[in-house]
Amino acid sequence: MIREFGLIDVMYLVGAARWTLVLTATAFAGASVIGLAIAIARILPLAPVRWLAAAYIHIVQGTPLLVWLFLIFFGLPLIGISVNPWLAAAVAFSVYGSAFLGEIWRGALVSIARTQWEAGASLGLSLGEQLRYVIIPQSVRVAIPPTVGFLVQLIKNTSLAAVIGLVELTREGQLTAAGTYKPFAVYITVACIYFLMCFPLTQWSRSLERKLDVAR
Amino acid sequence: MKYGLQFRDVFAAWESILDGVWTTLLLSGVAMVGGLAIGVLCAAARVYGPTWLRTVVGTYVEVIRNTPLLVQLFLIFFGLPSFGLRLDGLTAAMIALVVNLGAYTTEIVRAGLEAVPKAQIEAGHSLGLSGLQVFRYIVIFPALKAMFPALASQFVLLMLATSIVSQISVQDLFHAASIVQSRTFRDFEVYTVIGVLYLGLAFAFRGLFAAIYRLAFVQR
Repeated sequence: MIREFGLIDVMYLVGAARWTLVLTATAFAGASVIGLAIAIARILPLAPVRWLAAAYIHIVQGTPLLVWLFLIFFGLPLIGISVNPWLAAAVAFSVYGSAFLGEIWRGALVSIARTQWEAGASLGLSLGEQLRYVIIPQSVRVAIPPTVGFLVQLIKNTSLAAVIGLVELTREGQLTAAGTYKPFAVYITVACIYFLMCFPLTQWSRSLERKLDVAR
Repeated sequence: MKYGLQFRDVFAAWESILDGVWTTLLLSGVAMVGGLAIGVLCAAARVYGPTWLRTVVGTYVEVIRNTPLLVQLFLIFFGLPSFGLRLDGLTAAMIALVVNLGAYTTEIVRAGLEAVPKAQIEAGHSLGLSGLQVFRYIVIFPALKAMFPALASQFVLLMLATSIVSQISVQDLFHAASIVQSRTFRDFEVYTVIGVLYLGLAFAFRGLFAAIYRLAFVQR
């Protein structure tokens, strides 16, 4: 049955945006953990570890997110893990995000002057302690603006989860468009909701960047 | 139960996979050329144009960069027919990709143009060069050099993002994968092969751009 595209549908779409945000948050948490490990592995004074981390980044950044989504969706069952779209999406986005966050955070870590490491070492701090107490606290400031910028990418990319049937904003849009035969109105609404989520973050990232520039 | 990976059926379908590679290359090529053209025009408008034009271009850039490509694609392919504009999948995909990439290249080109120190432009003017001469002899070359790496990585990201067009049944590389999958049920193997192919394409593009960079900017 064809029904009108009305306020109730808009409310449903806004409600579905919640799942976009939940997926983004989950993916960001997963990507942060792996990404931090990758970033640190990239600067360790141990060549094979550095190469492995670099290879990981190259491979993940060189393949489409859609491929990761499908590989994990179809691959996890092969090793005996039953998947639902949520698990597959969470894992795929964590893998994908970790490569980008790893690169961003590595940049932040190496932006800290060599002498800071040496100062830490001369105070008798171990390598881990130098990272923990000297380098990471200083690099966080550098890392925040591009990290917020990446968050925008992540929100937009979660739309791909619709392809494996996870009902977030884009999927809800597809369902609504199919039910109402008003694809233009529906997708414009969907685009507006994405814009309202992403634009404030974009602006925030920019103002953080400016502040950082002034501070330097 | 143990599962043995079998690639034979996947490799047997190499012809449809190769067709997919060509479509992906075609889409990427069109998007790169079109996106770069839009980017250069819009960046020039944003840097040198009148205020109203800057606002228009700025809005275009912000709207595109803050909404997902998939939604833009759906709007063009499913939404435009409401206004009587019915496009086939390939055309819709090309338009969506060009419009999308155009917004990103605008920002990159603009940053490149603004990276040229003001003092050099003023020096050109004080030597009596016209606006166009300043652009031709002072601005464009260092600007191109500054924007090239960012453009190259944006182009590679775009090439990977073209996989999305499979969702409106354009027969690109990713679409070829789903066809082979539905015929052979070797899903994991198919997507592994496709992933490796995309990886190869990404490396090829990176290599190509690095070679262009060396040719154009390093030897002088």
